[in-house]
This record gives sequence, C-alpha cells and structure tokens, in this order.
Amino acid sequence: MIRLAVVSGKGGTGKTVVTGAIAQICTRPRVMVDCDVDAANLELILDPHILERKDFYGMEAAFIDPGICTACGICSDACRFDAIPITDGTFSVDPGRCEGCRVCRLVCPSGAVSMQPRVVGEIFYSQTSYGNLVHACLIPGAANSGLLVSEIKKLALSRNGDCDLMLIDGPPGIGCPLIATITGTDQVLVVTEPSVSGLHDLERVVQVSRGLRTQVSVVINKSDLNSRISGEIRDFCRDADLVFRGEIPYDETVMEAVRMGRPVTGYDAPASGAIRSIWDNLSRELW
Amino acid sequence: MNITVASGKGGTGKSMVAANLAWSLSASDPVTLVDCDVEEPNLHLFFPDGHPVVSPVSVLVPDIDPDRCTLCGECARFCAFGALVAAKDRVLFFPEHCHSCGGCAVACPEGAIAEIARPIGTVTERTISPSLRLVTGTLNEGEVLAVKVIQKAKAAAGNAPWVIIDASPGTSCPVVETLTGSDFCILVTESTPFGLHDLAIAYDVTYQMGIQSGVVINRSDGKDEAAHRFCEEKKIPVLAVIPFERRIAEIQGSGNLISRRDPAWKERFCAIGRACRALWEGA
Repeated sequence: MIRLAVVSGKGGTGKTVVTGAIAQICTRPRVMVDCDVDAANLELILDPHILERKDFYGMEAAFIDPGICTACGICSDACRFDAIPITDGTFSVDPGRCEGCRVCRLVCPSGAVSMQPRVVGEIFYSQTSYGNLVHACLIPGAANSGLLVSEIKKLALSRNGDCDLMLIDGPPGIGCPLIATITGTDQVLVVTEPSVSGLHDLERVVQVSRGLRTQVSVVINKSDLNSRISGEIRDFCRDADLVFRGEIPYDETVMEAVRMGRPVTGYDAPASGAIRSIWDNLSRELW
Repeated sequence: MNITVASGKGGTGKSMVAANLAWSLSASDPVTLVDCDVEEPNLHLFFPDGHPVVSPVSVLVPDIDPDRCTLCGECARFCAFGALVAAKDRVLFFPEHCHSCGGCAVACPEGAIAEIARPIGTVTERTISPSLRLVTGTLNEGEVLAVKVIQKAKAAAGNAPWVIIDASPGTSCPVVETLTGSDFCILVTESTPFGLHDLAIAYDVTYQMGIQSGVVINRSDGKDEAAHRFCEEKKIPVLAVIPFERRIAEIQGSGNLISRRDPAWKERFCAIGRACRALWEGA
C-alpha cells in the first residue's frame, strides 16, 4: 500500500480540494484519511455515510479527590502545565491544561490524586462513492491531536490494508499533528500558493518532511494569482532538488464545487484538468 | 486591549487581518503585534524593517548521570509519553516525545536525573516603527511543544494599549493557549462551507472560554448568506466583509499591506479595531 499525504504548511492553500479530487479520479482501490482532526473538511466534499463511530480516549487526566486532599499545594507547585489552580482554598485539575503526565499523583503525600480516562473526540469509519473514509472530530479546544491522527491512520490500515493507496488529507502547520500525519508515509505532496507566506511555510514543511525520510513533491495552487512568486517557488524546488508536479490555476469552479459538496474533478474546468495531469504524473511514479 | 485573531480553517486571512489591523492602529496608538502561529509564523514577512533581537526558547529535559543510574527503569515506567526506554546498558532518551513534565527526575530513586535546557524555538522582537513592535514565536522544525513557544512569545509581548495576536489555524491546544487572557477574538472566515464549518468550531472554543468575538468575512464573492445567518443565530457581530479582489491577493501575496498602500483600507481597519473596543467596553 502506498501512503500519500497531502500537506501544505500554510493553511488554506487547497489541500482538501486536491485530496478530494484525487479520491475521485484515482482508479485503484483506496482508503481516505482526514488527519486535519481539529478542522476536518474532507467529509464536506466526499459525502460519507457513517458506518461506525467510537469514542477517542486521549491521555488520562488527573483528578483530585476533595475528601482526601489536605490542600498542601505540593501537586500544584510540581505541575509544569499550570493545570492545578486553587479556587476558594480548594485545589482542582483544569482538564483543558492537564497533559496526563501523572507528576501530581507521584508527589501527592496523601494519595488524593487518581488518573481518569477522558474522551476527547470521536472517530468515524465511513463509506463514500470512492472508497472508505476514516475521519475524526476532536472536541474543540482539546489536546492530543497527534495521538488521534495516529489512531485513525492505524484504523485505516487495519480495515483497508489491502488497498493500493492510503490517501491522507493533512493538517496545516509543522507541529505535533503534522508530524504524526507524515510519519510512515511514502510520499508527501505539498500544496502551496504563490504568496510570500506560502513559500516561507513550504520551506519549513519540506524540512520537517525530509527529516522524516519521506519523498516530497510540490504543486502550486492558484498559481496565476502571483506569477512572480510562482516562479520563485519553482526556483526553490529546483534548488532544493524537489520534484515539481505542476500548477493549478485560480478557478472559480473550485469554490462552486465546494459549495455543492463535490470534488472539483466532477466539473469540466481548468483546475480539474490541471489536477488530472498532476495525478497522472504522480501515479505513474507511484506504481 | 488584547485581541486574538483566529479562524479554525487555515488560510482564511488571519495574518492579513492581524497585520493590517496592527499597522493601521499604530498610526495613533502604541501597538504590539504577536505572532503565535509558531509552526508557520508569517507576520515578519510583511514588516521587513526592524532589527531582529532573537532569544532562545528552551524546555527542561532529563540528563541522566550514568555513574549513578542503576538501570532500574523507574524513569521509563513513569514517563507517560514514551520518551525514556531502559535498555540493557543505558537509558535511551527520545527528546521529541518529552513533554518536559519533570516527573522522571522525581521518580528516579537514585537521584541520577538532573534537568538541562534544550532549545525548541525562538522568540524574535522587532521594532517596526516608534509605535509598532512585532514579537514572533518560532517553533524549530521537527519540534512539537508549540504551546511553550506561544507562552514565551506572549510573555515577551507584555502590555500595550493594543496587543494584536495572530493565532494558528485549528482549534486544539495551541489555539487555546493563544486565546487565554484575551479580551476579544476576531474570527476570520471565508464564504465557503469549509470556512463556515470551521468558524462554528472556532466560535465554540471562544464561547467555552468566555471570550467575546466578532467575525470578519474575507475573500467574499458576495455569497455570504450562510455566514451572516450563523452570526445572527449566535448573535456575533460581523465586523467587516472584505471582498475577493485579485489586487488585494497580489498586494498581500507579495508581502505588502493593503492598509499601507491605501488610506481608505487603513481607515477600515481602524474602524474594526474601534468596533472591537466598543464591544469589549460595552460587555
């Protein structure tokens, strides 16, 4: 199975549009995974029918038993995450800040701290017209997004390991969820846009991807919005020895397709043609 | 006043709003602009002037004294993050998994673990003009503790009549850390189902945190009914609607600011700032 992650560094460059299009035009057996777990959008264009759902448990959170606690404050001092504030003389754990490290339980002289499981999201296994989709939703404001990403990739592998392609829609950024997303992938497709921010963020996501030893190639979306910077991105790819896969022009059909909840490749439009030729080029190399 | 610019969905124009708002307000008041999108900070690209003063951001990680270590494995059993593994002849440490909780040093019965600083990012301060400071948090490539860098960037920003903070996309822990202590949140959205879906999640976070918010609809093609309906339903004011124009995309994309180019835009961004202040003072 080939694992392909579509990422971007900068948000909003068109990762999900490209992923949704590939999901539609790829002719091999495939499973899709939406790893942008705090703002999952792939479901909005793949129209999934949910087959199964299950709770996602993050790291356990500390709980202080008020009947045992003597309010000595040792746990609060030891907590590096400022997760144990005192209110009206009582110490309690702020679950939003608790990382589940258990230092408070270790240092409590009274045995008042226990660790309790907590649900921080939900995982979905769905059917779409193009194959199965594994997606998730993290409770807004919750931690553990990297852990959730690893979980849904594992689920996709265990259920659909016989597919030829695991197609992953990645999160923006270069931190915890992005690293969990591209770990173990064969190929990373970076979708960038012609702006100073797009280029700057491309450079950082490429560096992280290379550190994780995956193949990296690049496409420029909305390339005609700034042809000078599109040129700089092509130069960067050449100098950094990255495979440049092509350009997608700015096309209002993309917004129309998103509004209709469909992949753009269902429309006869310049952006569709560009994505098809990028996919032809990439898939010839993958298989 | 402390305003965070957030969005849920990436690429809706948070940095564009934050940079233009800060630049416009700084014509009459001192402003500190803080880049808390530490995974992909971009605001400095819009302000090439100003000498950068860089300070490292470090976290404490275990340093194991091999002479004292008896390889008992207590540290590895304690670590909830899998950052320590007791091998036959030594304890292996994986710094990228370490959350810097300090627990291993407490758990070690031999007192063999000290903690040493490990750099994970930087905070860069620049004076852009006499009334505008830019503070940028940057997470090093390959690191994961974004929250620590955000805390340092906010601490370096301190107080000013206007503190404008650019958040990262998403709604998880970095965004919560960025929003903590803010007086107001500007939610930037775009008029697509993606933008609206993620606006709803981001609004949830501000609501749960008790932070008042207002919406800027960016890159509008005029079909914003759904976003307006959402705002009416939740009783959140729409602070501005910025149309999609190739000219704006080109100016911003090249690292310029529309408010620096065009006094009418400067006035529009000042009006957004005044509206936020009036809502905050009215609350």
